[in-house]
Amino acid sequence: MASTPAEYIQHHLQNLTYGKLPAGYERADGSVLDQATWTIAQTGLEARDMGFMAFHLDTLGWSLLMGAIFILLFRSAAKSATTGVPGKLQNFVEMCVEFVEGVVKDTFHGRNALIAPLALTIFVWVFLMNSLKWIPVDYIPGLASLLGLPAFKIVPTADPNGTFGLSLGVFILILFYSVKVKGFGGFSKELAFTPFNHWSLVPFNLFLEILGLLTKPLSLALRLFGNMYAGEVVFILIALLPFYVQWTLNVPWAIFHILVIPLQAFIFMVLTVVYLSSAHEEHH
Amino acid sequence: MNINLTLFGQTLAFAIFVWFCMKLVWPPITAAMAARQKKIAEGLDAAGRAQQDLKLAQDKVSNTLRETKEQAAQIIEQANKHANAIIEEAKQQARVEGERLVAGARAEIEQEVNRARDQLRNQVAALAVAGAEKILESQVDAKVHNELVEKLASQL
Repeated sequence: MASTPAEYIQHHLQNLTYGKLPAGYERADGSVLDQATWTIAQTGLEARDMGFMAFHLDTLGWSLLMGAIFILLFRSAAKSATTGVPGKLQNFVEMCVEFVEGVVKDTFHGRNALIAPLALTIFVWVFLMNSLKWIPVDYIPGLASLLGLPAFKIVPTADPNGTFGLSLGVFILILFYSVKVKGFGGFSKELAFTPFNHWSLVPFNLFLEILGLLTKPLSLALRLFGNMYAGEVVFILIALLPFYVQWTLNVPWAIFHILVIPLQAFIFMVLTVVYLSSAHEEHH
Repeated sequence: MNINLTLFGQTLAFAIFVWFCMKLVWPPITAAMAARQKKIAEGLDAAGRAQQDLKLAQDKVSNTLRETKEQAAQIIEQANKHANAIIEEAKQQARVEGERLVAGARAEIEQEVNRARDQLRNQVAALAVAGAEKILESQVDAKVHNELVEKLASQL
């Protein structure tokens, strides 16, 4: 276990990584691998050395769990959906659906059966993943270390892989609908001839537009990640204080997150809808 | 903080959840909501119509009530008329009966009087005959003088 504050913080920000270590790699315990091995990283350094060929088991596991909760909850409400007097669960689910539908209707003016369910999934799923922050920082990682796991981080949105994974999906959809609606030529033309409609400025336009295009998923992912990560760090810092004063900072910070957590989920959803809406619209 | 395959895992999970939501969550819920909306609209409609119906029914009821009252008044009037007629008829009958009784009595009285007169006449005839016998001191043959006596008696 970590002993110094720096180690404690680093330990809490380390994901449980399962990845491939190359042959001849000297592991943290001094042993040397005679061939490339898939294994769980014992230290942050090992996790870093795994490079791209690695999975964050905790991020994947918790995000899948949250997604499953979302799906099961909403599916059970959808299955027993009645046109009569709705039950409590159905009421709640309908409230969410109505809220998302309202946002989508205000922002997105095309006809697309995907956008609203997409927005609902993003909103609820991101909200659930964010809400894992309310669990005190040491509870689940502590439990995990009792089980012998070297590191554990439960908030998937405080892992850039989690948020970039989402925004990558959104980015693919932006590209897909841009091409689908405007055609490949139309989309290319839009990239090449806006904002300055002159052939001599095509390279400049391309640079500007592609940068703008790439900024969309980047800003989506980084906004969510930054907020969640920073909040997480503050929670960890508070956890370093003596236990009898922690509540004076912990409680206000958690209450503040009643605002932050839904807000970030909402922003992610709205921006997704806005980006997809602009992918559907012709620029003039 | 390393970017790795988690990225694609997350994207894949995202795609699956969105697909699931689009296929199995969103349509039933929005369908149920739309159906309920329709049901509520229909209910409100029906309520409006029912209110109209109620108003019509109330109008009808008050109309019927008025008609019934009029009819009742008519019936009462007729009954009164009828009663009066019956009373008149009874009075008439009573008068006729009375007159008949009076006429009967009168006839009887007349009969009595005639009978009494006949008796008296007979007695007077007998008395006259007796008187005449006494006067004549002779036997008057009743059979012979009967005509005479009768004539006398009828003059009484």
